[in-house]
Amino acid sequence: MSDIKTTDTMLEVRDIKRDYELPGGFMKPKKTLHAVKGVSFSLERGKTLAIVGESGCGKSTLARMITFIDEPTSGELIIDGKKMDTRPGHLTSEMRQKVQIIFQNPYGSLNPRQKIGDVLGEPLAINTDLSAAERRNRATEMLIKVGLGPEHYNRYPHMFSGGQRQRIAIARALMMNPKLLVLDEPVSALDLSVQAQVLNLLADLQDEFNLTYVFISHDLSVVRYIADEVMVMYFGEAVEYGTRDEVFSNPKHEYTQTLFKATPKADVESIRARIAAKKAASAA
Amino acid sequence: MSLLQIDNLTVEFETASGWFRAVDGVSISVDKAEVLAIVGESGSGKSVSMLAVMGLLPWTAKITADRMLFEGKDIQALSGAERRKLIGKDIAMIFQEPIASLNPCFTVGFQIEEVLRIHLGLGKKERQARAIELFKQVGLPNPEERMHAFPHQMSGGQCQRVMIAIAIACSPKLLIADEPTTALDVTIQKQILDLIMDLQARTGMGLIMITHDMGVVAETADRVVVQYKGRKMEEADVLSLFENPKSNYTKALLAALPENATGDRLTTVSAFFDGNPEPAPSAGASA
Repeated sequence: MSDIKTTDTMLEVRDIKRDYELPGGFMKPKKTLHAVKGVSFSLERGKTLAIVGESGCGKSTLARMITFIDEPTSGELIIDGKKMDTRPGHLTSEMRQKVQIIFQNPYGSLNPRQKIGDVLGEPLAINTDLSAAERRNRATEMLIKVGLGPEHYNRYPHMFSGGQRQRIAIARALMMNPKLLVLDEPVSALDLSVQAQVLNLLADLQDEFNLTYVFISHDLSVVRYIADEVMVMYFGEAVEYGTRDEVFSNPKHEYTQTLFKATPKADVESIRARIAAKKAASAA
Repeated sequence: MSLLQIDNLTVEFETASGWFRAVDGVSISVDKAEVLAIVGESGSGKSVSMLAVMGLLPWTAKITADRMLFEGKDIQALSGAERRKLIGKDIAMIFQEPIASLNPCFTVGFQIEEVLRIHLGLGKKERQARAIELFKQVGLPNPEERMHAFPHQMSGGQCQRVMIAIAIACSPKLLIADEPTTALDVTIQKQILDLIMDLQARTGMGLIMITHDMGVVAETADRVVVQYKGRKMEEADVLSLFENPKSNYTKALLAALPENATGDRLTTVSAFFDGNPEPAPSAGASA
């Protein structure tokens, strides 16, 4: 267990587990729910790992553990070469700064009573001793970086569209110069055209800051576009893990195959085949 | 004669800054046994135009249309009572959020029996038998037990099956599915789409599929209407739409699909289409 990472392993997870205790009641014994049942992977700096699975498979629980929101029941979490002590009270702000998360729903993840400038300035106010003017400068720079403008500084979240809000959430996550970003379904609440813009922004930012992404999604076409490595989760277990090309060209687990079959195909050949099948059925 | 024919439909809402036109001169027609997909982003007016047909818009909405015919009958001229007889019986609708569209205070059995009682006037025994039969038809496991379940006791996919069962309870001639699978997982989406398409093929009802997912369009539609900001951009049969899109907006939408990515960046709609696709926020633009 001491072959700890070459310098460019950003994130390593070893046999991580998370159980939730469901409270019992009268005549009802306590139950333990194994949300994540021992998942291991490692991810190089600057790469993207996509985690795919249906709701309830434990992918968001895994994201919460990587971002220290939830404490793992057992297992090791090694970030940037350091083993993380995830017990409550043992986390330093330096550790927290390295990992940031972006949530699925940009309508729910921004405080409606906070101006955008304050949304972006708050992490700096808490973690650094920069002056207010300095914070303002940094926030404005970040707004420009994610494709918004300085004039948006004093506005409230309700004044923005979904795509713009997701840009703000990305800007907020980047304020502390994190090295690892966990993206929990960042584009599933967005329209197709806006989705393309946000995915492009994420790719630009990854190039610029050499960010490492853990990208959670259930949309396989997005995963195929953005991921370097893919992990498929099913009932708390990683049933498939490999590079994108391995997983997409040769899915081994039955569930992965089901997933691929279930994904709607938008190419002309499949439409032709479907129309032909329909004609045949109606003629019969 | 088409099943549903709408000519030049316009829907407007009054806002603080004047009338906002959500649907702008859209014409749509659906034939018997035809599957029409309406595609568009949020705010393109695709749901609003169908809600106008169902009469589900609030009274503040101003709806005008040259013609709005269902089986040759003018829907606009119907009285409230006549319209209620039609809606839910001959025209049924499935909504996006299955859990939110069922009443949490009543069992799903009660809710499906309500439709059978009001529209078909069936007796108690018959209602129960028919409801169980419908639940079987939509593939709910243990239909007899499910009759007594409340919506919160079921998963999203199961609730959507109940919604479909309620929608097809009176064998409608036209089914409007408003983003029926957007809230569901990919594998469940496949099951629900298969179910809807199978019911459509067996009963020969007309189907309007409202969606923003080009994949769903490709898998279900015969004919497609593309809408953008309340206006119809293009209408074509599904194959020519994907093979040879005419409107710039459709081209842009198809290019923005991640599976059509060339190089390491996606083509955004704005690169193709200068119709201002990510509009500045209404309040923010004027500030």
